[in-house]
Amino acid sequence: MDSTIVLILLQDGVMNGAIYALLGLALVLVFVVTRVIFIPQGEFVAFGALTLAFMDNGRVPGTVNLLLIVGALVFALELIAAVRGRDWSGMGKTAALAVLLPVGLYLLTPYIVAKDTPLWINVLFSLALVVPLGPMLYRIVYQPVAEASVLVLLIISVAVHFALTGLALVFFGAEGWRTPPFMEGDVQMGPVSWSAQTFFVLGTCAVLILALWVFFGKTLYGRALRATAVNRRGARLVGISTSMSGSLTFTLAAAIGALSGMLIAPVTTVYYDTGFIIGLKGFVAAIFGGLVSYPVAAGGALFVGILEAFSSFWASAYKEVIVFTLIIPVLLWRSFGARHIEDEE
Amino acid sequence: MNRLLLAAAVLILAALPLLPATPEFWITHLNYIGLASLVVLGLVVLTGIGGLTSFGQAAFVGLGAYATAWLTTAQAWSPWAALLMGLLITFAVAYVLGAITLRLSGHYLPLGTIAWCLSLYYLFGNLEFLGQYDGIASIVPIEFFGVSLGKGRHIYYLIWTFVLLSMWATRNLLDSRPGRAIRALKSGGGMAESFGIDMAGYKVIIFVYAALLACVSGWLYAHMQRAVSPSPFGLNYGIEYLFMAVVGGAGSVWGAVIGSGLILTLKDQLQNVLPKILDTSGNFELIVFGILMILVLQYARDGVWPILSTWWSAMTGKSDRRRMAPPPRAPALPQRARPEKGTLVLEVDAIRKEFGGLVAVNDISFSLKAGEIMGLIGPNGAGKSTTFNLITGVLPLTRGSVRFLGERLDVLPSREIARLGVGRTFQHVQLLPTMTVLENVALGAHLRSKVGVLAAALHIERRDEAELLHEAAKQLQRVGLGDYLYEQAGNLALGQQRILEIARALAADPVLLLLDEPAAGLRYKEKQELAKVLGQLRQEGMSILLVEHDMDFVMSLTDHLVVMDFGTKLAEGAPADIQRNPAVLEAYLGGVDDDLEPGAAGGPGRAAAQPSVQGGGA
Repeated sequence: MDSTIVLILLQDGVMNGAIYALLGLALVLVFVVTRVIFIPQGEFVAFGALTLAFMDNGRVPGTVNLLLIVGALVFALELIAAVRGRDWSGMGKTAALAVLLPVGLYLLTPYIVAKDTPLWINVLFSLALVVPLGPMLYRIVYQPVAEASVLVLLIISVAVHFALTGLALVFFGAEGWRTPPFMEGDVQMGPVSWSAQTFFVLGTCAVLILALWVFFGKTLYGRALRATAVNRRGARLVGISTSMSGSLTFTLAAAIGALSGMLIAPVTTVYYDTGFIIGLKGFVAAIFGGLVSYPVAAGGALFVGILEAFSSFWASAYKEVIVFTLIIPVLLWRSFGARHIEDEE
Repeated sequence: MNRLLLAAAVLILAALPLLPATPEFWITHLNYIGLASLVVLGLVVLTGIGGLTSFGQAAFVGLGAYATAWLTTAQAWSPWAALLMGLLITFAVAYVLGAITLRLSGHYLPLGTIAWCLSLYYLFGNLEFLGQYDGIASIVPIEFFGVSLGKGRHIYYLIWTFVLLSMWATRNLLDSRPGRAIRALKSGGGMAESFGIDMAGYKVIIFVYAALLACVSGWLYAHMQRAVSPSPFGLNYGIEYLFMAVVGGAGSVWGAVIGSGLILTLKDQLQNVLPKILDTSGNFELIVFGILMILVLQYARDGVWPILSTWWSAMTGKSDRRRMAPPPRAPALPQRARPEKGTLVLEVDAIRKEFGGLVAVNDISFSLKAGEIMGLIGPNGAGKSTTFNLITGVLPLTRGSVRFLGERLDVLPSREIARLGVGRTFQHVQLLPTMTVLENVALGAHLRSKVGVLAAALHIERRDEAELLHEAAKQLQRVGLGDYLYEQAGNLALGQQRILEIARALAADPVLLLLDEPAAGLRYKEKQELAKVLGQLRQEGMSILLVEHDMDFVMSLTDHLVVMDFGTKLAEGAPADIQRNPAVLEAYLGGVDDDLEPGAAGGPGRAAAQPSVQGGGA
């Protein structure tokens, strides 16, 4: 193997690693705020990529209908809660987000799909379709059991993953799709040419990470999320709604997931169930950081990406075996770092 | 009644394949339910009882199946020898994986199992000698004393024999010394460790146990199908097994069979019905499964079995637990030698504990002789409970040393300290609320018996078990809880729960007993009873160190007092001297310039006798 191949593999690895890093960050975020191990993150990756692919090919993505159904469900749940509690104060907002937004997007879809719309409008519209599913999912599935143990939440996450994978097959079909790259062309650097898309992905990841950093460090809502992460009961006592924190976290996670899908879809064919494996690689990265450390998770993600690139060159059949077996030495390493066993419940 | 029902169920099960009218499909379906039940039974022990979640049981099924597939085809081994080999391989793999992942907190294990299940799936699918994604075909059927079990109706008997045997063994195991330790795993915390139970060790044991059951299921599967390929050992199947356990009811061995039966029947029906209603290629059973699972976890987290068994016992009527006879008399357990009265038992030398900048315990020293009751008193936050935790090894010391009969305690984990003969109770009661009072106390006597998992699963340890239970009942009668032996510990009043903790500590046959607020929550009469029991223990040469806020109780009972305030030792001496000590009076009642007038509360005894819920938590 010569240095050119090394550089090409490195380029692949770094790009995938950057996406795993984003996913890893979202997983850490969801875990520390809500204690949910967010297995269905991968489904948002697939939803994002497939919605964009459908839009780009001038077809109406299934997400439009899915959003209508899920929105109606949320509205029904809130309605029941309102009738039971005789408290109608939140219903206006719920109606706007769970009914008007999906219906509005539904009505808008034909105009956007029909015309030869620029990519960035498609991206924005796809995000508008996929991201609301995050908080809706939280409302339907997780909010009623928000105080359950980590393990119950984890089993629920796996159940959600099952259901969403099944839904993805219904709404997107079994076909695999790719999306056009955000940037065409190459950049010559030394002996190899780097595709502009690589730089776009790296840049987007950097911007997003920076934005998250600013959000958590400087804004009130970001600080509220951090407070919830440190101590749920304490946060509630000072007036932070843990449901709000949960919804907001799931919104962020859905957005990061969908965007990651759009970033990876130009280089990887995305099927309805591809997201799961991609999401799990984010997990391997997040576990590097013990599910709590953002920088270590990001570093772990780059490592996973590069390892994957090199193992697909040397032993492509064993690529997944190598990446997923990696978790065992990582866990071993973490177990030496951990001083004692901590269990909740 | 219940036994009759069980016998009838077994009879019907045994008769089904003999009837020619039974459709072949039923047999196949029941075979699959039996295979899944074996795996789910392991999950019941692992997840339902032990609180550890695994999504990767399908991988262990795969290990068993592929081991026998390869050994019987490529190596021409007998299936029975291949079963042994498969069990050995599974044991080794599960042991290593368990030892790595179980050291970490709860959620790493499930994540680890997901990754491990995926990677094994890809490994099966890529290894040349295992036939890659095509798998291995033409596996020989199992022969049992010359009878070939090639037909579904024949291997049916082998499968269900395995299922019933493992259910029997699992029930035996749970109702035994190791079983009580396994049932204590879920509570986490240091309680079980304080009675010498090796929590990490038992976690590995149940992980391996579940893996071995899965391996047997895989072995049966390979010889039933006569072929293996990677797909039934993928992650989806691992997840499905967990669903079965949760839906059936992961707290009971019956939940395993119910859950497997329900999910497999449902799956089968969905695959038949759904395509007729909705003519798409969509994988609707995934959606239905997922949603069903979410609903079960939201509304019936304990699964179907507890609901069924509640109905059943409501219909048949339940025996009154209180009227059940105590366990039969059995030979007494050997007791350890007690030190001579007056010998130095506990020597605390300048122990210190810092939490960051806070000095919770500041160079405290005292000593305790055999046959003495010493009281450790002080206002809330004085560091009394921290001192307790330092002595019992729950917290590491910053400095100083603790000696017990000449041995250093501060270098030992709490498990080893218990082994030396230090028993304790907890400030915040730590019981296993769903276990009976008797079982809770028997947990305390864990170290006085050596019964292992195998003996327990086969129930050949009944004599040792009878000795343990007799000892537990004896201690309960001694502390006055003899009427509540079969009550669930969680149903007792708080005061009784504290007394129960004392009985549990006594069951460990300690030389030194540490009691953290034993009288809190007791009524006057009960306190007098308790004082009598403690006095009697002192007579027998036991040394007792107690933290208590009830001054009347402390003053009348103890021989010696140590007063702590803000982590330092304020005074030490006989109870009568302490009551007159000016420094102690000031600490309890405040100085003269405080708002509270000295003496207004009627002397130190009364003032401090106010029941305190949160004593000395620092």
